[in-house]
Amino acid sequence: MSQFYIFVKKECLHIWRDRRTLFILVWMPIVQIILYGFALTNEVKNSRIAILDQSKDDATTAISNEIAASRYFNLVKNLHSYRDIDATFKQGLIRMAIVFPRNFQYDLLHSNRAQVQIIADASDPNTANTLTNYATAIINDYQLSLNNNEQLPYTIKTQLRMLYNPELKGAYNFVPGVMALVLMLVCAMMTSMAIVKEKEMGTMEVILVSPLRPFWIIIAKTIPYLLVSVLNIACILLLSVFVLGVPITGNLGLLIWESVLFTVTSLSIGILISNGAKTQQAAMFTSMMSLFLPTLLFSGFLFPVENMPVALQVISNVVPAKWYYIIVKSVMIKGLGFFAVWKETLILVGMTLILLFISISKFKIRLA
Amino acid sequence: MRALKFLLQKELRQIFRDPSIFFILFIMPMIQLMILPLAADYEIKNINLGVVDHDHSGYSRKLINKIVSSGYFRLKDYSSTFSQALRGIELDKTDLVLEIPAQFERKLVKENESTILVAANAINGVKAGLGSAYIQGIIGDFNQDVRMQWIQAPRFNPQPTIDVEYSDWYNPDMNYRDFMVPGILVMLVTMIGSSFASNNIVREKEMGTIEQINVSPIKKTQFILGKLIPFWMLALAVLTVGLFIARIFYGIVPLGHYLTIYVFASIYLLAILGLGLLMSTYAQTQQQSMLVSFFVTMVFNLLSGLYTPIESMPQWAQIITRLNPVSYFIEVMRMVVLKGSGLADIKYQILALLGFAVFFNGWAIVNYKKRS
Repeated sequence: MSQFYIFVKKECLHIWRDRRTLFILVWMPIVQIILYGFALTNEVKNSRIAILDQSKDDATTAISNEIAASRYFNLVKNLHSYRDIDATFKQGLIRMAIVFPRNFQYDLLHSNRAQVQIIADASDPNTANTLTNYATAIINDYQLSLNNNEQLPYTIKTQLRMLYNPELKGAYNFVPGVMALVLMLVCAMMTSMAIVKEKEMGTMEVILVSPLRPFWIIIAKTIPYLLVSVLNIACILLLSVFVLGVPITGNLGLLIWESVLFTVTSLSIGILISNGAKTQQAAMFTSMMSLFLPTLLFSGFLFPVENMPVALQVISNVVPAKWYYIIVKSVMIKGLGFFAVWKETLILVGMTLILLFISISKFKIRLA
Repeated sequence: MRALKFLLQKELRQIFRDPSIFFILFIMPMIQLMILPLAADYEIKNINLGVVDHDHSGYSRKLINKIVSSGYFRLKDYSSTFSQALRGIELDKTDLVLEIPAQFERKLVKENESTILVAANAINGVKAGLGSAYIQGIIGDFNQDVRMQWIQAPRFNPQPTIDVEYSDWYNPDMNYRDFMVPGILVMLVTMIGSSFASNNIVREKEMGTIEQINVSPIKKTQFILGKLIPFWMLALAVLTVGLFIARIFYGIVPLGHYLTIYVFASIYLLAILGLGLLMSTYAQTQQQSMLVSFFVTMVFNLLSGLYTPIESMPQWAQIITRLNPVSYFIEVMRMVVLKGSGLADIKYQILALLGFAVFFNGWAIVNYKKRS
């Protein structure tokens, strides 16, 4: 046991003395969570729009003012002809154009019917849909105010309740995803590189002739990274609560234990990669291709898994980050207990055991 | 000039004698372009709906039918109490719950008013926002149907009505793939180009071959150009393969001119490769340069507007995107492919990238020292 302890101490010293890497390890997650937590959001706001007002009367001015005042829109241009619309779209200056025809108010007051056209740049379909909805809502409000808010007969009212995230903040969706991404990167990539580095430098030979069994050598390698990860988890959680304003509604202890479990899963992937790779560069490329991209794509935090073709949905099941993402969302944001996530936890445990078994049984005691 | 020619010959030989080059040039972009756009589908459809119907009337059934047949919603759960339906949201079985109160039909007819509750899982704000907007639109339509049934339609509109007419330009089918494929192609070209470039000079440092170049009469500018031009050609080849795949597999034919794309891409690649070479002149080991270029590419890609709209970002992040060459190319690529923008429409973007190219390459030339 004392041999094992010495090995752990050696690995810790490795990391501790390589200040540059340690610096990156600690700061990268912090920078990322701040950068992505604030910047990555699908909320639509301040979208640049233009108005083509061919009528210029009280009604169109009132509607234009309402729209310009809304936080969703940013009126950047008043157009003068229908032809300008296409040109402005092509320069990428606006996302939407609103066209009022001639005699808008006259039609509205005399024939009780007027038309307005909303032209959206649908190259980004979701933004186009959202913007059209917002603009329609503003125009409908104006129409209601014309009717003196008179109650129409036979009205169905809809009461809307946004659960968990009433302000529709993007961070609620992204924080759990970034947690998965960061832990995966730090643990798997760094561990795999650390082990391969010994091979590359030739120091692996020294370790392999030590009396400690290979199993314990690997465990000793991963423990310092486990510690760094726990530090990372703490940083991320503190930042998300105090800086991003995403509260932890569930049990903090459960969340931390699940995170440690996921860390162990990532570490075992790192060991597996290091078995196959001969150079640090290869280890890095493998981690990037087999971990970074799948985590980004299949964990479900950027793109909804249920929209993907069935084949990809099946593939997404083997990505550990997907299960961790579900767990964090359930525990941290929905505030559910262990009984809601026991299945996902079991899957992660199973994956970890299998990965550990494969990587340890394949660990080569002899150098080629 | 002669020196540059020999230098280019050397670099090109070095690249093409690497057996993995074919894989990286042709197979990797092909695989990624075929898988990524399938996965990166953010279209909001298939919203899972849970229904709590306390009324069991003709109207409530009609409304539910209308919602389900709209195509946006899938009826996943039919609960008898609201708390049971909320359980469905907790377990991610449903995204949206519709509760129709008891005596919904009776109240609507007798008291002229009835309330329906819609609760959405808002962790994913976009899905919740669009989903509830869709369902409100359908309820509004249903409401109109009910009114038509009870009120004789008058000859004239009794009240002023504004008709909103929608047009979706440039992508009328709302196809998400047309939006993502051009962006993903940019990401691929960037990743391949910059990872090659950032590793290259460091590799010569690590292998010690840079000593030979340092004692040769090659000028600093020639050295950097000799590194830049081969990767520039390589990346344009990847772009060509990518555009070809986009056309064959996704049927994406740019509305604008291919020439516009190539003009912009040539300038863009000078900038991004210059950045790679710059990082390469600073790094001591391949590990360092990889770690740094990995971090930079990740930030560049996520803050490029590829996945999330740039206008939604806070002001400081928008400033970062203005300093990010990738965001310009993604914007231009989408403009040319989907809207048919021409060179005149993208002149600011071209100027900005010329600036980046001069800046990064100039810095790289200054920073490359022939003394070790």
